[in-house]
Amino acid sequence: MTARTVMQQADISRALTRISHEILESNRGGSDLVTLGIPTRGAVLASRIGAILESIEPGSGTVGTLDVTMYRDDLNRTLTRTPQPTRIPPSGIDGKTVVLVDDVLFSGRTVRAALDALADLGRPRAVRLAVLVDRGHRELPIRADFVGKNLPSSLAERINVRLHDVDGAEDVAIEP
Amino acid sequence: MKHLVSTKSISRDEAIDILDVAEDMSDVAGREVPRLPALRGKTIVNLFYEDSTRTKISFEVAAKRLSADVITFSAKGSSVSKGESLKDTAQTLAAMGADAVIVRHPASGAAEVLARSSWIDAKILNAGDGTHEHPTQALLDAFTIRRRLHGDHARGHGLDGCRVTIVGDIEHSRVARSNVWLLTTLGAHVTLVAPATLLPPSVRAWPVEVAFDLDHALAAGPDVVMMLRIQAERMHESFFPTEREYSTHWGLDDVRMRRLPGNTLVMHPGPMNRGLEISSGAADSPMSTVREQVANGVSVRMAALYLLLIGNEAEVA
Repeated sequence: MTARTVMQQADISRALTRISHEILESNRGGSDLVTLGIPTRGAVLASRIGAILESIEPGSGTVGTLDVTMYRDDLNRTLTRTPQPTRIPPSGIDGKTVVLVDDVLFSGRTVRAALDALADLGRPRAVRLAVLVDRGHRELPIRADFVGKNLPSSLAERINVRLHDVDGAEDVAIEP
Repeated sequence: MKHLVSTKSISRDEAIDILDVAEDMSDVAGREVPRLPALRGKTIVNLFYEDSTRTKISFEVAAKRLSADVITFSAKGSSVSKGESLKDTAQTLAAMGADAVIVRHPASGAAEVLARSSWIDAKILNAGDGTHEHPTQALLDAFTIRRRLHGDHARGHGLDGCRVTIVGDIEHSRVARSNVWLLTTLGAHVTLVAPATLLPPSVRAWPVEVAFDLDHALAAGPDVVMMLRIQAERMHESFFPTEREYSTHWGLDDVRMRRLPGNTLVMHPGPMNRGLEISSGAADSPMSTVREQVANGVSVRMAALYLLLIGNEAEVA
């Protein structure tokens, strides 16, 4: 069996535009928003969402990255992971609405790690979660606030997100 | 990495990897909670058979910032003074479940012995063994130089083309040895300057240039001048006539300091003998990186502990 493409480049950019609008709607405007991407692909998506937010409502596109490597609960079970930089905007996250961005929401463990990492950086007013793909199979009580596409999948399948900035091509595919 | 005993066996990619992780670690220091949970539940033992302020505290801070449990053990006040051997001490630590042992020992090769032996299967970090090596000091020196050269864009860079002059007691200096291997691996050009009595015979086989005249070496315009401590505790014979003569010929005094271009880095691994190998004016000048080196030491040691202790055993060579 070969990989099945479920989102093309245009689908991805439409989904990001919709998510950006939903973020502004739920936040009732663009004030005190900080969009933080989880490296690698979440960081790329966050900077794109930031650019869209900025174009809709100038001043709302503050972005950064949040590395969660050190907070993972599987550090001793997988091979050594090299941490990626964490870049928090100089204005900080205290009292802000932080939107976490990742490419795929699966077990929820990455998001759990991200919440721990955020707690060490400050105290946001609220934390929201935006993902490009929600593939189900949660192992923790975590859900996304903004979802690009719900993609019911079997545990045996692999969801592969490719983005131009990282992979040179752009699509979402299910691999058996 | 299985152990960190020597910088000789570190490849260029590994070295850059450690320095890059150290960059991430240094960001943690400025946070509201300067602590990462990565090594929660790990036990790290500081096993110090020799006196140390900087290295011992630095490793302790590094391990604590990564949430490990740290036990500090000094030979003074332990069963070592009752004659316990390194082997027995190691087996005791193994029985107590140490995940990593940071060892400083007056005998060259002590860390290597622990790493190779079957006494203990913890990760071994060499924190200085006799006159052999002190790898984390070299890593923090490389980190400090790289940061001063590349600033915030240091990630991924080596030290290619950087000219480093190391001055002083090369013979007894483990810092010099570790730095020679690491800095040349990273692409730097190293020159050693010392009185002939303080150069080891093996220096001819090292990938370095050797000079005897400090003024001459400084006139060549090195990017980095690293002054070494005169190790009175290891000098059991006379290597130079008097301290004053050493200082006149090989010390970085205020006159020599004034001749250096303003962008030269002046480094010293500490503790400094002010007035002997380095003048107070030189040690406290803005060109001096002495305090930066200490701060960077914590980041580099966090990176080393993280890379050694995290990951699946089977995956790591």
